[in-house]
Amino acid sequence: MKSKIFALLMLIVLLTSAACTPQATPTAEPPAPKTLTVLAAASLTESFTELGKAFEAQNPGVTVVFSFAGSQQLAQQLDQGAEADVFASASKKYMDAAVTSKRVSADSAQPFVKNRLVVIFPKDNPAGIKELKDLSKAGLKLDLGDKAVPCGQYALDFLDKAIKDSGFDATYKDSVIKNVVSYEDNVKAIITKVSMGEADAGIVYVTDVTAAVADKLGTLDIPDALNTIASYPIAPVADSKNADLAKAFVAFILSADGQAVLAKYGFLPVK
Amino acid sequence: MRLRRSSIHRIVTPNSQSDWLFVLPGLLLVLLLGLPLLALFLRAANPDFLNYATSETALAALKLSLVTSLISLAISLLIGTPLAYILARWEFSGRAALELLIDLPVVLPPSVAGLALLIAFGRRGLFGSWLSALGIQLPFTTAAVVIAQTFVSAPLFVRSARIGFAAIDPQLEEAAHVEGATQVQMFTQVMFPLAGRALISGAILAWTRALGEFGATILFAGNLEGVTQTMPLAIYLGFERNLDVAVVLSVVLVLVSLILLGVMRKLDESQPR
Repeated sequence: MKSKIFALLMLIVLLTSAACTPQATPTAEPPAPKTLTVLAAASLTESFTELGKAFEAQNPGVTVVFSFAGSQQLAQQLDQGAEADVFASASKKYMDAAVTSKRVSADSAQPFVKNRLVVIFPKDNPAGIKELKDLSKAGLKLDLGDKAVPCGQYALDFLDKAIKDSGFDATYKDSVIKNVVSYEDNVKAIITKVSMGEADAGIVYVTDVTAAVADKLGTLDIPDALNTIASYPIAPVADSKNADLAKAFVAFILSADGQAVLAKYGFLPVK
Repeated sequence: MRLRRSSIHRIVTPNSQSDWLFVLPGLLLVLLLGLPLLALFLRAANPDFLNYATSETALAALKLSLVTSLISLAISLLIGTPLAYILARWEFSGRAALELLIDLPVVLPPSVAGLALLIAFGRRGLFGSWLSALGIQLPFTTAAVVIAQTFVSAPLFVRSARIGFAAIDPQLEEAAHVEGATQVQMFTQVMFPLAGRALISGAILAWTRALGEFGATILFAGNLEGVTQTMPLAIYLGFERNLDVAVVLSVVLVLVSLILLGVMRKLDESQPR
């Protein structure tokens, strides 16, 4: 919650300071100012912030306000009646939850990117992780997402797939779970604790290893057969007060321009 | 500090128009404070209350919260009492700065406390790296929960105890010394009885604060059931997993806090100055 409010405030500060810079096109009648509120998964923080600015540039008078948090939190907020215009979730499960609570109409949600899991460790690799099997080494400190957080659930799915794979012991999952020192409430907390070197390893989305932390982290790929390729759905909120603008934003995310920005941040295309 | 109630209470009913200037805004605040709690209790009042309250997660969190908050309370009493006495009685340079340092955690956002603890005592932290060399790693342990709780709650006890000690007539202490009382006797027979109310209310404040600690805990200690997941953490994650469990746990925490505050009030009334 706090980080969400903070992010909102920072955005407002950023946006207002941007609004103060003189613009060179005062000829046309300025359209009435509108605010578009977008609830987006925490893993979309960097990419959507950039996309929001591009959308504002294309739509003068429009201010895009983001609320970034775990998808499960955002779905819960929608259920509790939070006002919003667009919802972008990191998993189908929480988009379905928003459909169930009648905040999103069933046919309007569509996948816009895919993401995949990766194992991260501090650059100096204190636990000496070289392969996925090393995650089961006794005494390793592993930081995962809570199972309510999509990336936490996917990490468990990875372990379930691993024990069915001939390359892993049947006890692999149990030994790895025994190494979990904390289940974080959002994916960014895992990044922070691993990059600080407090935890030996974590499992996050590829896109969370952003430029800001890439030099502090090493990564280990999880092969496709064991990985969960997460599909991110986006939808306008059904009772949005800016329905047209909400649809335009979703279309912008799905457009070639929008997809190019998302690809820049490591997201995989849907098809 | 305490005002005698009888002398300041006006015995009036809101009859003149100007009295409503007090009642109406006051009522708004009472509603703001009361309605959310009412909603919480109404939502919790369902047949599954006991099932949720006795679920494994809830019981583990309750037990961990009680154990850690009592340990942090014991630490606060043990190392906070001497400091409170020093602050109440001794004159030295840097006293004001010391008082500021002790008051700071009370007003600091807990997330700042958690971050500071992690940077100081994390295994790669400023001092944590020395501990690490000795084989002690604090983050992700129950000890880290206790440290986080003590960090935010001990200052409440020290503040209260300092005021309690300072209110004792220094002549009583001198008299006890003249009579040949040892330092320990002086404390057990003069200072503690006379400052008792301040000490107990400080202890209860510190305990409730430790019970409610959230931000510093999740940052410094992490979140693992039975190890670091205290009630406030279970409530926060319950909000995302199962709202009803979160609501029931919240009600339990509200009740515990109400009981503790009630005890404190009773002590306040029963012990005349």
